[in-house]
Amino acid sequence: MVVRRVLPTLILIGLVVLTEQVTRITDTRYYLTQLTMTAYYGLVIMGLCLLMGYAGQISLGHAGFFAMGGYLSGLMTTYNLEALKGSSLGSMLTTLNLLVSRKDLYGDVTLSVHPWVSCILAVAFASVVAYLVGGPVLRLKGHYLAMATLGFGIIVYRVVLGSAIFGEADGFSDIPGFAVFPGVEVSGRASVRVANYYLAWGLLTLTLAGLLSLVNSRIGRALRAIHGAEDAARAMGINTPRFKLQVFVLSAALAALAGVLLTHFNGAIGPAQASVMASVRYVAIVAVGGMASLWGTLTMGSVLNMLSLRGYFGSLDDAVFGGILIVIMLFAPDGLLRAHPLARIRSLLRGTEEG
Amino acid sequence: MERLLEVRNLCRRFGGLKAVENVSFSVKEGQIKAVIGPNGAGKTTLFNLVSGFLKPDSGTVLLDRLAVQDLPSYSIARKGMARTFQHMKLFPKMSTLENVMVGRHIHGRAGFVPSFFNLPWTWSEERRMRREALDLMTRLDIENLAETEATSLAYGQQRMVELCRALACSPRLLLLDEPAAGLNMRETAEMAKMISRIRDMGITVLLVEHDMSLVMNISDEVAVLCYGQKIADDVPLAVQKNPEVVRVYLGEENAQDS
Repeated sequence: MVVRRVLPTLILIGLVVLTEQVTRITDTRYYLTQLTMTAYYGLVIMGLCLLMGYAGQISLGHAGFFAMGGYLSGLMTTYNLEALKGSSLGSMLTTLNLLVSRKDLYGDVTLSVHPWVSCILAVAFASVVAYLVGGPVLRLKGHYLAMATLGFGIIVYRVVLGSAIFGEADGFSDIPGFAVFPGVEVSGRASVRVANYYLAWGLLTLTLAGLLSLVNSRIGRALRAIHGAEDAARAMGINTPRFKLQVFVLSAALAALAGVLLTHFNGAIGPAQASVMASVRYVAIVAVGGMASLWGTLTMGSVLNMLSLRGYFGSLDDAVFGGILIVIMLFAPDGLLRAHPLARIRSLLRGTEEG
Repeated sequence: MERLLEVRNLCRRFGGLKAVENVSFSVKEGQIKAVIGPNGAGKTTLFNLVSGFLKPDSGTVLLDRLAVQDLPSYSIARKGMARTFQHMKLFPKMSTLENVMVGRHIHGRAGFVPSFFNLPWTWSEERRMRREALDLMTRLDIENLAETEATSLAYGQQRMVELCRALACSPRLLLLDEPAAGLNMRETAEMAKMISRIRDMGITVLLVEHDMSLVMNISDEVAVLCYGQKIADDVPLAVQKNPEVVRVYLGEENAQDS
């Protein structure tokens, strides 16, 4: 029983190590960069899988939370607070190590927020926004919820695109690395490539393990109950508004955390990360992974993101994900990994499809 | 006997339609009470008002002397009132056992954080909930369905699973919305036996029903609704002889039967 539950996770760890070894032997270390990015996108997708697949609440605004994390951490770690230096507040924050001095690309000394602090603040901010937005929005169902979260995503997109402080169409660049532990820095430098790969996949594996245990618990059952028959769930004493809000905040926090880490890894973030298309991409991956399947979503998400990041889809990148969404909804609404596509095509041709 | 449920002057309108108009009644502890009435009499509306799925325009619902009419349905469930639905609402893509375990929800306490971190005490709670659910299923003689997907069961079995899920809440008051709807004669008789057994477990039952044979055989008291108003409330024999009831309810039914 215990072995059966732990085995898939062990296999995942084995695969992660194996992949790293293969890149070492075949001298294709550059793959690790995209694999690291794939793992961070995996965090967003896992959270969305919990929200959509298990709790049955769609969100077309998760790129907004991702961008919130990335942009806020980017802003705080690059914004020069030199003006604070002389003040007592500035020296207090510096002694507390909340502010750090560093040399930027041009050799000028800048004083900015410590990455750990900015990371925590950015994720906390995104969680609070998710709480405030989720409260009213999660009363909606189906298409209405999709529209409302879409609206939220568009607002975030237009805010980062239109604000000078967020770099408008350019976004941020020159974002410093994030020294998570001494010696382990989240950054795109080739010298720390392997460490970053393991850090990202380690975090993803831990998150996956946590979410797997969550969906198999009392909470997971309650979420699936809400998805399946919300009235009956309420009749069983399940506080449905609170559960929906909690899972929404959790998935938003995961998206924001991914945003923070990927932004420091890339050293940059641009408005495309906040765009509605990015949200649609996350939704498409959860759908193709089988909705209520963390493993399916992880598998399909890793494959598709890797192909996309390596540029296999070329300029048709967005079109591919849009197309995937249509094809999945038509032929395999339960996801690719547990579909019966032939039976589905037959029923579509006969026109016996319902709902 | 104590009054476990007391409904006073309950009113609810839908637009111009007075679905429930000034209805009062009570359910004593340990009783089986039935609410009957022709189609559209307001029975289901009354049920939804009592269980918190609808809010009344006016009137009070007292559960063990506590006013619950303004509480959300899930809070009322936590105060000891469980219910079933006329159109069964089992959780799809979940096994029968999981369905019943959702019924145990309010008797567990593992939240998001302990469950995410898989804390050891959540395992023993999970084992306990599983065992309690299986015990209850054994008592209702449906333990052999534990691993089957609940929504793939036969109709009569689904009714039994829904009943089991509601009982898993360990309610003091159980509300059954047309428990015999869609059941054949044999299944209806079984359901009647089951409802009597539930009462013998010490659970008070309020049921809305169409099937007169079921109601008259097992109920301690019967209230009759007609166009949103209560026209009778008495022991079954007296209700059957009540001329107004015969006119609006049995009379119509008899006329249709012939």
